[in-house]
Amino acid sequence: MTTEILLAGFGGQGVLFAGKILAYCGLMDNKELSWLPSYGPEMRGGTANCSVCISDDPIGSPLVLAPDILVAMNQPSFDKFVNDVKSGGKIFIDSTLVESKCERDDVECYYIPSSQLAEDNALKGGSNIILLGKLLKETNLFTLDTMKKAIEKVVPPSKAHLIENNFKAIEIGMNN
Amino acid sequence: MERNLMKGNEALAEAAIRAGCKCFFGYPITPQTELAAYMSKRMHKAGGVFLQAESEIAAINMVLGAASTGVRAMTSSSSPGVSLKSEGISYLAGSDLPAVIINVQRGGPGLGGIQPSQADYWQATKALGHGDFHILVYAPASVQEMVDMVVKSFDRADKYRMPAMILADGLLGQMMEPVSFPEINAEAYDKSSWAANGHQNKREHHIINSLYLKPDELQTSVYERFERYEKIKADETDAELYLTEDCDILLCAYGATARVVKSAVNSAREIGIKAGMFRPKTLWPFPVKEINEACKSAKCLLDVEMSMGQMIDDVKLAINCSKPVHFFGRTGGIIPTPAEILEEIKKIGGAE
Repeated sequence: MTTEILLAGFGGQGVLFAGKILAYCGLMDNKELSWLPSYGPEMRGGTANCSVCISDDPIGSPLVLAPDILVAMNQPSFDKFVNDVKSGGKIFIDSTLVESKCERDDVECYYIPSSQLAEDNALKGGSNIILLGKLLKETNLFTLDTMKKAIEKVVPPSKAHLIENNFKAIEIGMNN
Repeated sequence: MERNLMKGNEALAEAAIRAGCKCFFGYPITPQTELAAYMSKRMHKAGGVFLQAESEIAAINMVLGAASTGVRAMTSSSSPGVSLKSEGISYLAGSDLPAVIINVQRGGPGLGGIQPSQADYWQATKALGHGDFHILVYAPASVQEMVDMVVKSFDRADKYRMPAMILADGLLGQMMEPVSFPEINAEAYDKSSWAANGHQNKREHHIINSLYLKPDELQTSVYERFERYEKIKADETDAELYLTEDCDILLCAYGATARVVKSAVNSAREIGIKAGMFRPKTLWPFPVKEINEACKSAKCLLDVEMSMGQMIDDVKLAINCSKPVHFFGRTGGIIPTPAEILEEIKKIGGAE
């Protein structure tokens, strides 16, 4: 089985980073996986997105067109991708920045005010990880332990002091 | 073996260093830049030289100079940059020098776009510069194959004294996949008969040259090269055959497109259409024997590319136009989807 995940938001919100954590989770669990960023000029402040596939079998196209899971971190991304999500899929929404509600009844939506939560908890830029925490809780794609290990791997050594903050953000996401 | 998670571009660079590449000369261009960036960080630690040249033309000529001394040298770029290198590549071929050139293709012509493309097939396999010559062309379809093919291309370039190219694309360059680095025991080729690495008054000096003013001498040198090419055509072709034994329709695709095609082939099988796939791993030499093996039971072929149809020429030639060859392609940086390929399969599968 292949789980296709699409993460989308503004450049700078950390969608590629969050995608990387999911990819490393797959690596830790000995799964097949792929991670593909959008790499156009949109990386410089426009919309950025990133496709992650996790599977037991070799991955065909790494480009996710119909995600099982969508993480939407801003309004334009939500508008652009909400109708691409597979029936029965799950959508994780930063409700601080996305005002509209999903009108589909064949998908499950989780509205988390992740930007607000990040600010309230002094986790600047942690909105992406809070959403990952929620994703972890609602999908059982990986264990918390796997995700913690992945975070340790993805955070560069020069920023090792931020690992604890990421763990905290995961926890907030899981409890909201 | 330890699995690492790496971008294709970074894996190409790491593999080159492990394969004993001592000189890298490049110039930044999307979607290949991470390769040069990785080299700039790693190469000096590995005891080699990284140099960002003032242009692509300078970079390829630096490769020519380094290769002349017998060291393993490489350059990388993306489509417009490779065009700039074409003169130097012709000189490398004319001087019988081994080197590795990487093309992480983007859309063209002209400056084109920066999204993935396969529109440089003709350039890579038919006319990468002027004159009577070929270079080896490898087409990876995964990050792991990028690693394996870099190692192989350095080896074969040395073995046959000719340039080798990795023809990748922006999708493969940018994506991350698990990859492991095999133990590489790079075979050391004796280059003492030709390398211009200092004679210390102990031997005749070696001349690296591609200029022959006497036609018969030039003809002899080209003949000799083409004898080598015949041997390469016999020994070096490589292809993946997927579900071809009983296929009614044979899809042909290389590189990143082959991944999408494989998904479409699987979907076709699920609805009872006997589809199979032929994926050349070497584009030059083209796997003629392998495609003929693959299409034995097929009634027709469907060639799929991220271009307006370039490899399809080789497909038709290889099977001597013995069966109908259809085409489906997207271009300009658009990646075909498994769904639209499946539609094509149904259309053709239904008609014949």
